[in-house]
Amino acid sequence: MNGKPYIREIPVFSWYLGRKRDIHHMLNEVSSLFIGSYALLLLWGLKALSEGEAAYSLFLQGLTSPVSIGLHWLMLAFTLLHSISWFSVTPKAMPVQIGENFLPGYFIAAGHYVAWFCISLFILYIGGVFSYG
Amino acid sequence: MSYKTVELEVLRYRPEDDNEPWFQSYRVPCEEDWVVLDALNYVKDYMDSSLSFRWSCHMAVCGSCGMMIDGEPALACKTFIRDLPKRALRIEPLTNFPIERDLVVVMDDFIEKLERVKPYVIRKDRKPLSEGEHLQTPAQLKKFKQYTLCINCLCCYAACPQYALIPEFIGPAALTLAHRYNQDSRDQGQEEREDVVAANEGIWDCAFGDACSIVCPKQVDPASAIQQTKIASTLRWYKNLVGLGGKKT
Repeated sequence: MNGKPYIREIPVFSWYLGRKRDIHHMLNEVSSLFIGSYALLLLWGLKALSEGEAAYSLFLQGLTSPVSIGLHWLMLAFTLLHSISWFSVTPKAMPVQIGENFLPGYFIAAGHYVAWFCISLFILYIGGVFSYG
Repeated sequence: MSYKTVELEVLRYRPEDDNEPWFQSYRVPCEEDWVVLDALNYVKDYMDSSLSFRWSCHMAVCGSCGMMIDGEPALACKTFIRDLPKRALRIEPLTNFPIERDLVVVMDDFIEKLERVKPYVIRKDRKPLSEGEHLQTPAQLKKFKQYTLCINCLCCYAACPQYALIPEFIGPAALTLAHRYNQDSRDQGQEEREDVVAANEGIWDCAFGDACSIVCPKQVDPASAIQQTKIASTLRWYKNLVGLGGKKT
């Protein structure tokens, strides 16, 4: 007996394993590591580009390795998870009130998907994907 | 004849006798219209009067009977036995709080944090009663009404992984109430709350896991209040940075 309130310890490294909701949350948190890694990879590519054709060719060659392709699929999966999770909760963060009513949440989420699509098209356009010949 | 017999596995902790909590089982003959609180009251009245738990209104208004029911924070008075498929229910005190006794938790940390966010209307220009009340349109009320429904049951704190890992975190309900008053057209206290709300242990310790909103028995949606506060606070910070805010940074 100790006569005091009992404090339950939280398993710091495994607290999320017992519940689907918490696992999803942790996957979302971990996704930032993959998105950050991809940003570093792009910076590495820019650095190689600035160092000349030979360095950039070596960089591009490295991207074709099985390990690189596998990592790219992983980064794409986590980026999609992160983006879709965030877009689905945007109506909570940015409610739009019109008079006494709120705009249905799916309009706000859909707006983000449209913006995502348009920005992606723009980046592909300036990247020369749509230029022929 | 009872609707079904349910085995309640209740976490017990009696500070004068126990070094740590332990589970005690009770076989309770439940009626079809019973909620978990009815089953606990049956135990208290007919099986074991030493069992301690908080309750008062029995209609999801007072917020006293928040507890873990099969691992999820919920109000015992709003959780129907018939909706729970299992015949064995595990009942525990709300996680993330010290256990005072059996299902009763120590709420002091929450109360202290609630006081820090000043959850009441603050006026800078107090006018005499003779000038009448501060009027508010239905649209102005709608802006924050959902956040007034919080009953301080602490289910959101029990679900919040950030509060579990960072005890300094002000937490969902207190931050929601700060947002509720910041959104109130009659209130002028946003600046007074800012130091607590916009601190690291305020809104920025929230990782937007949404667990608080998922478990909220009153559909208050604390996660939305915190994210809206993050955006508003960030905009104020940038406005102050470029000298457009006219307020302290």
